[in-house]
Amino acid sequence: MDMPDTVTSTEASHSGLLDGDYDDAIGYYTPGEPIVDAKAPSGPIAERWSNRKFEARLVNPANRRKLSIIIVGTGLAGASAAATLGEAGYNVKTFCYQDSPRRAHSIAAQGGINAAKNYKEDGDSVHRLFYDTVKGGDYRSRESNVYRLAEVSTNIIDQCVAQGVPFAREYGGLLDNRSFGGVQVSRTFYARGQTGQQLLIGAYQALERQISAGTVSMFTRHEMLELIVADGKARGIIARDMVTGEIQTHLADVVVLASGGYGNVFYLSTNAMGSNVTAAWRAHRKGAYMANPCYTQIHPTCIPVSGSHQSKLTLMSESLRNDGRIWVPKNQADCDKDPREIPEEDRDYYLERIYPSFGNLVPRDIASRAAKNVCDEGRGVGPEVDGVRRGVYLDFADAIDRLGRDAVANKYGNLFDMYARITGEDPYAVPMRIYPAVHYVMGGLWVDYDLQSTISGLFVTGEANFSDHGANRLGASALMQGLADGYFVLPHTIRDYLADGPFEAIGEDHPAVLEARESVEQRIEHFLTVNGSRSVDSYHRELGNIMWEYCGMERSEDGLKKAIDLIRGLRDDFYRNVKVLGTSESLNQSLEKAGRVADFFELGELMCIDALNRRESCGGHFRAESQTEDGEALRHDDEFAYVSAWEWAGLDERPVLHKEDLVYTAIEMKQRSYK
Amino acid sequence: MKLTLKIWRQSGPTAEGAIHTYQLDDVSPDMSFLEMLDVLNEQLNDQGEEPVAFDSDCREGICGMCGLMINGEAHGPEVTTTCQLHMRSFTDGETITIEPWRSDAFPVVKDLVVDRGAFDRIIQAGGYVSVNTGSAPEAHSVPVPKDDADRAFNVATCIGCGACVAACPNGSASLFMGAKVTHLGLLPQGQPERDERVVNMVAQHDHEGFGGCTNIGACTAACPKEIPLDVISQLNKDLRTAIKHGH
Repeated sequence: MDMPDTVTSTEASHSGLLDGDYDDAIGYYTPGEPIVDAKAPSGPIAERWSNRKFEARLVNPANRRKLSIIIVGTGLAGASAAATLGEAGYNVKTFCYQDSPRRAHSIAAQGGINAAKNYKEDGDSVHRLFYDTVKGGDYRSRESNVYRLAEVSTNIIDQCVAQGVPFAREYGGLLDNRSFGGVQVSRTFYARGQTGQQLLIGAYQALERQISAGTVSMFTRHEMLELIVADGKARGIIARDMVTGEIQTHLADVVVLASGGYGNVFYLSTNAMGSNVTAAWRAHRKGAYMANPCYTQIHPTCIPVSGSHQSKLTLMSESLRNDGRIWVPKNQADCDKDPREIPEEDRDYYLERIYPSFGNLVPRDIASRAAKNVCDEGRGVGPEVDGVRRGVYLDFADAIDRLGRDAVANKYGNLFDMYARITGEDPYAVPMRIYPAVHYVMGGLWVDYDLQSTISGLFVTGEANFSDHGANRLGASALMQGLADGYFVLPHTIRDYLADGPFEAIGEDHPAVLEARESVEQRIEHFLTVNGSRSVDSYHRELGNIMWEYCGMERSEDGLKKAIDLIRGLRDDFYRNVKVLGTSESLNQSLEKAGRVADFFELGELMCIDALNRRESCGGHFRAESQTEDGEALRHDDEFAYVSAWEWAGLDERPVLHKEDLVYTAIEMKQRSYK
Repeated sequence: MKLTLKIWRQSGPTAEGAIHTYQLDDVSPDMSFLEMLDVLNEQLNDQGEEPVAFDSDCREGICGMCGLMINGEAHGPEVTTTCQLHMRSFTDGETITIEPWRSDAFPVVKDLVVDRGAFDRIIQAGGYVSVNTGSAPEAHSVPVPKDDADRAFNVATCIGCGACVAACPNGSASLFMGAKVTHLGLLPQGQPERDERVVNMVAQHDHEGFGGCTNIGACTAACPKEIPLDVISQLNKDLRTAIKHGH
């Protein structure tokens, strides 16, 4: 078992193999061969997906029932794929760690889902959705994938409506749309503030229908703990039944990971408590490259931390910034005063001051960074947690004066209620307090155009892959991508792979199976026998603080190097000193968390190395060394227009960086400006 | 705040359970109820006692995973989920009794964790529209009156937490079932399977060991999403209609 005995210090020695002049990550990684072929079809961009679907081989319906598919995760990407592949007649096994597939965290998405229906006749089109998504991703996504996403977006709406998803409608009975995330067309379909819930329930019901039909077997409260790679192909998983503790082997012809994002590496995020990287990380350790792990989206309008007991953060819709004004006191001495008693001249409406033309509506990353800066200066408001007040005011007093209380309540009533419930304060009377929080990760396992990872037979969908959002995700695009992958992309690309199956059966005594089982059992045994003095949560919280401080909204060479050392030291201590009580033969939530936190340590380190290598600011990644004189993000297309695909080289070994160049044929790269 | 907690502990599905008493000091009124239990669990872990098992996931009131009987009330004293309940709803020095959902159809897994698989099986019996991926018509080909769409949405907000069952003296899941039958019954897409849906879901409900509805209304009072009681009237009406149609 590969657990660290010592902390290896990394020296910055020049390997002489690097192609960039400014590579801060020298000494932390090994340069590898570039990725030349991501299997994207050639030809005009609008025809690529049709061509790929035609080229992908078919599987005879009679053969489908002989082919087995494992799907890990039942969010939008997993449930939609399981239902669709079950309908097609394959043998599907689906796994989730929750007590029901309906709990997956897609359910918490509020805003909506984009689709290029052009129902408003406002100039929208597949090409415009494609363009907006590539631009929103700061030209760090793969154009063929994004075009396909825009193309199938319209089918998603048709499918969901047919399932009975109760989207918002107009009085004529047709679907309503709104504009979202700073785009100029209205293409977002929604179900009040609970679009994710309604879409997930639609996919869940389609999944339950297949379970009833016998095409899909559902394993709830089961957690994937290892991938089985036999003879170069992904052939199954090792899962733990979280109720009985039984370690199970599940074999199949192909494995799909739809296991979501890893925002919980920051401990506090808007993710669910159980969201974790283990399925993806175990696959990474078995040979699946991890792409752009440093691309994290931080959302500016979340409810601030109220104390060290805080377990998670809650997002409030960004639409609040349309009418709320963001400010902090000019003087530190005013920070603990009642904000209503701070006179106008002593308030700093810092976004309006720094960005006069966009003001409070600057993009997410700029608003987030500015909030952190004023709090780091000591001008934050709200309760002091670990010595700092992390909050800024979002004030509706002007809006209430201008529009009246009723109009404000009509627009934002449900958000105000949620805020009041969590904070105990009345936002109609006292300014809201907000602070940024980690919300989504654009990075994930590297996949080719077919959504296949670098392990043959391992496909990755939804937030777990890296493919469509580049360095930043547009609002209302996560739901679109999850369902596009599951309903309309994977079912076509996976059949080309399965056309070569069924593959030679492997038994539970295959060396690859035994090795995977053994490593799982040893890990569990280790956590239960350390008998140290610190809880898993205390380590997780400390790791989260390191990540937030040094690999959060603003990253610098010094900070990232410091973070890597801190993470390695903490990880070492974790393995020696963690305290997990109970047994493995029953429900044991501390044991579950220990495995997840162990993987977060390794991921966190890779995120820092990735951020160190990318000495540019793009999308959700801001490097202090790469900004304009005005403090805006500065991209370097000449040096960094590539996907960073990292290969695992072993614990305490330098990961290998494979670069995939991003080539744009249908779109021109541009630098953004919000002044 | 200082609290006395009386918590149901049960080591496994077949083990005997009992109420254990714990003292907790330094509880902040800004903590959520589950964060208060997190603090207790850290304290227990330090003392070498296994933490209390309880379910939660999103902790923002939408996934439906959490759910506790708090002083005999499903999700406690406020109309919300357990994760959105905050300690400011309690007073310093209070004794709080915490139990799992109580229903034969929701067997205890461990401590405060129950098995709600019966809800999934009720949905499997018919809580869906049979439409395979790719076979859907253009979304605008069937208009839906806004009032119907809005009401369908309102009842579709059910999060499947099980508070309705826990609150019901009969242990009935009629509110849960009624919400789904009403949601799909209001939409044109739900019509072709309307009769079979209600018949099969009710049969599965009874098979799982849930009790019958006697119009007490404790379910809707406990529902964190305020699903109205009249979905049960709709359920009964749909069932009568289906039987009249010969199902």
